[in-house]
Amino acid sequence: MAGQAGSDIASLVSRNEATILPEWLELQKKAGTLHTGRISEGELQSQSKNFLHLLRDALAQGGSDVSNGAYEPAKAMLAELSRSRASQGFSPSETASFVFSLKQPLFNALNRDKSLSGEQIASTIWTTTVLLDELGLFTLEIFQKSREEVIIRQQREIAELSTPVVKLWDGILALPLIGTLDSQRTQVVMENLLQTIVDVEAEIAIIDITGVPMVDTLTAQHLLKTVAAARLMGADCLISGIRPQIAQTMVHLGVELNVISKSSLADAFAVALRQTGRAVVKTKRIDGAAVPDKKIGRQEA
Amino acid sequence: MDRIPILKFGNTLLVTIQVDMHDRLATALEEDLTAKIVAHTARGVLIDISALEIVDSFMGRMLDNIAAVSRILDADTVVVGMRPAVAITLVELGLSLTGVKTALNVERGMALIHSRLAESEADDADDED
Repeated sequence: MAGQAGSDIASLVSRNEATILPEWLELQKKAGTLHTGRISEGELQSQSKNFLHLLRDALAQGGSDVSNGAYEPAKAMLAELSRSRASQGFSPSETASFVFSLKQPLFNALNRDKSLSGEQIASTIWTTTVLLDELGLFTLEIFQKSREEVIIRQQREIAELSTPVVKLWDGILALPLIGTLDSQRTQVVMENLLQTIVDVEAEIAIIDITGVPMVDTLTAQHLLKTVAAARLMGADCLISGIRPQIAQTMVHLGVELNVISKSSLADAFAVALRQTGRAVVKTKRIDGAAVPDKKIGRQEA
Repeated sequence: MDRIPILKFGNTLLVTIQVDMHDRLATALEEDLTAKIVAHTARGVLIDISALEIVDSFMGRMLDNIAAVSRILDADTVVVGMRPAVAITLVELGLSLTGVKTALNVERGMALIHSRLAESEADDADDED
């Protein structure tokens, strides 16, 4: 019976295409698909027409069973549409209404059609509802999936971007941390830092946590792990950029960092220079001679 | 049974671990090293583990033990050349080897031992005055 209903709908669609399509487009327009100007009317028209044809073919060949192979082209088209709408910034309900809004034109066409008995109409309505619901859910699923892909990609990019290891001087590294430290990020940070310590033969690493919004016991533990690992490699660690509120929270929580900590990166750098036997000395300015760069010379004049 | 060679270099003992350590080898090394420190009255022990790729909690504890034993015998232990992966593993195992001094490579490790020796000699000289 399902197969029968499928071909019934298929023939209904092909007979009434001239009325179904404009009605459907009208409904979609009413739903506000075009309002934001994200897709043009022509585009919407061709998408709708295309889908209606694919749906008709699928119904004729595969009945009303969506898992049938005959539905593959229609599904592929929906998936494509869903992905493009996700990237165009449509909301999930706006995307799904593309399929759901087809119901009313189909039912209207069914009502107008006199060739079917009451019983046939009832079963056809049921089949149509189930079919369109399934297709609508499929659209939503693809929509969700494509958004998730975007999120995962962004997470990966953030992880890559947010853990740079900077060489400040021969043998002195800085690790400016930005954002929350979870265990996964700590792992990346640690690996990056240790590898760079080996690569540049660093003696001292300064971990700057100015960009870490909050330090709780877990974050502190992660920091200490990083410090311990760097120490095992033979490099000393300094921690800098602890803001006043964070210092207070840490004391209240009973978190203790058993490393040298300084309030600013500059202070920590000074300590690092001293530990490696260097010093920054203020020199007397000699006009012109010591400043070969013309720009600086002009500023001084 | 295989043994890890221990080289004497001035008053420092040099150990290079170039094979995968198994437990018996580690115990043998600990014994040999203790005996050699006493025999040569060594003041420093340098253990190069740059070729060591696999480390477990036993190995970590052994390094800690060697450091503790040599401290009793008045010798400083410096572990050099630990690989990043090994360092991360040890930290994750909860072994931060607080009793062991570390350095990035043999050169730095030697410099560390020599500076320690110079310090203690200066102290001795002060005592004599």
